[in-house]
Amino acid sequence: MSVSTALPLGTSGSAPSSRAQKQREQAPQTPLAVSVRGLQRRYGTRVVIDALDLQIHEGEFVALLGESGCGKTTLLRALAGLDVPDAGHISAPERPSVVFQEHRLLPWATLWQNVALGHESTIGRDGAARALAEVGLAGREDDWPRNLSGGQSQRVALARSLVRDPALLLLDEPFAALDALTRIKMHGLVKELVARHQPGVLLVTHDVDEALTLADRILVMRAGRIADSFYPNDHAPSRLRPILLAALGVEHD
Amino acid sequence: MSTGSLYVWLSWVVPAIVVVLWEAAARAGLMSAQVLPAPSSVLATAWDLARNGDLFVHLGVSLLRAAAGFVIGGVLGLALGIAVGFSPLALAIFDRSIQMIRAIPFLAMLPLVIVWFGVGEVAKIFLVALAVLFPIYINTMLGIRQIDPKLMELSKVIGLGRAAVVRQIILPGAMPSILTGVRYALAHAWLALVIAETLATTKGIGFLAMDAREFLQTNVIVLTMVIYAIIGVVADSLVRLLEGRLLSWHANYAKGERK
Repeated sequence: MSVSTALPLGTSGSAPSSRAQKQREQAPQTPLAVSVRGLQRRYGTRVVIDALDLQIHEGEFVALLGESGCGKTTLLRALAGLDVPDAGHISAPERPSVVFQEHRLLPWATLWQNVALGHESTIGRDGAARALAEVGLAGREDDWPRNLSGGQSQRVALARSLVRDPALLLLDEPFAALDALTRIKMHGLVKELVARHQPGVLLVTHDVDEALTLADRILVMRAGRIADSFYPNDHAPSRLRPILLAALGVEHD
Repeated sequence: MSTGSLYVWLSWVVPAIVVVLWEAAARAGLMSAQVLPAPSSVLATAWDLARNGDLFVHLGVSLLRAAAGFVIGGVLGLALGIAVGFSPLALAIFDRSIQMIRAIPFLAMLPLVIVWFGVGEVAKIFLVALAVLFPIYINTMLGIRQIDPKLMELSKVIGLGRAAVVRQIILPGAMPSILTGVRYALAHAWLALVIAETLATTKGIGFLAMDAREFLQTNVIVLTMVIYAIIGVVADSLVRLLEGRLLSWHANYAKGERK
């Protein structure tokens, strides 16, 4: 797709919200990281995902909010190739990277071996060491996972997912098990890493503030469908927060 | 001296005192040498047998039997354990039958083993192999079946091939359990060897003991007991050493952190 119109970046005069709107419409679109059409998934008679459509571009950070059991994790697992949908079409990279709620490090492999797992020859010790340095764990290549804190382990999991330069990064509540302070630090780190590596990101979370902090687009999933979609850049977080909470069925803060 | 090292010291002093008291009692004539010979007499016997080379011949024969049985039983147990641990089909085919045979105390098979193989080397090695097979089989299978399914899922996400999954996830994950099986197997192998060597034989530590019984040489009998014990301890230490090397990632086995 060729783009002839100049970007409205830095133009003054237009209101912030409409400018963001325009940007979305006119900015040269990066390739699609994932495209889902008419996805359906049933467990027995219960429909967990129902005629769901979703597109995420490379470099775009999408947060998926929803009550437990709304199908958001099922969607992520379908995109990761860990769950086979009953109907619909998914066009996703063959190997998206996934960071789970648990770090899932191999306890018997050193940190660099964990980061390079499955790609030891292409990534190598040096590549893994660079990825570890990127997440603030320089010099820990030969350490064992048992010597890490929860936050550090999750950093290694992030390094492992990004060292493969994925077009699509799936984050399944990766910060849910961390304490509040560590979580804030991780938010900063993830933001920085995503900005540098530019994968399309789908973050499944139940934390509204996390979604507001990180995402370019927030989707609210309800009864197996994407019920609402918000662009945090268009709103002040203080305004969007109650709207999101209401969309999630929480009456007021 | 810290309390910890004091306790270690104490744990060695107690058996030393027992040996000293034993020696004293023997010398004072409180015990007949026929019942329990003095430690010094056992040591002298060991020296004599070592000097004329008999001790090493018998020891070598015993170790060879143990090793042969251990290798045969161990390889079989490992192969079966891996197959059953991996494949639900292999589980369905083998596991119940193996568990049934396992329920038979292997010493109860002794008469049948003698009928099948006579009293020669084959019977002895068969007994040791049988004793080794089950602990290795059970622990290998359990080790594999207990691997965290979340790690298997990760291997799928990362796209590890089958061989890499075995090498990077399944074997290292099952290793603590497999090595526990090896330690049990060594203990069982020893027991089987002692029994096997009481069958008609002209070589081996067990023969030494049987022969000594004929002539009421209690010093030789006690010596064979001590030799069995020493070999058992050495074998166990070897496995511990192996654990230290293979399981250094594991907090429980890490060097200097072992409790």
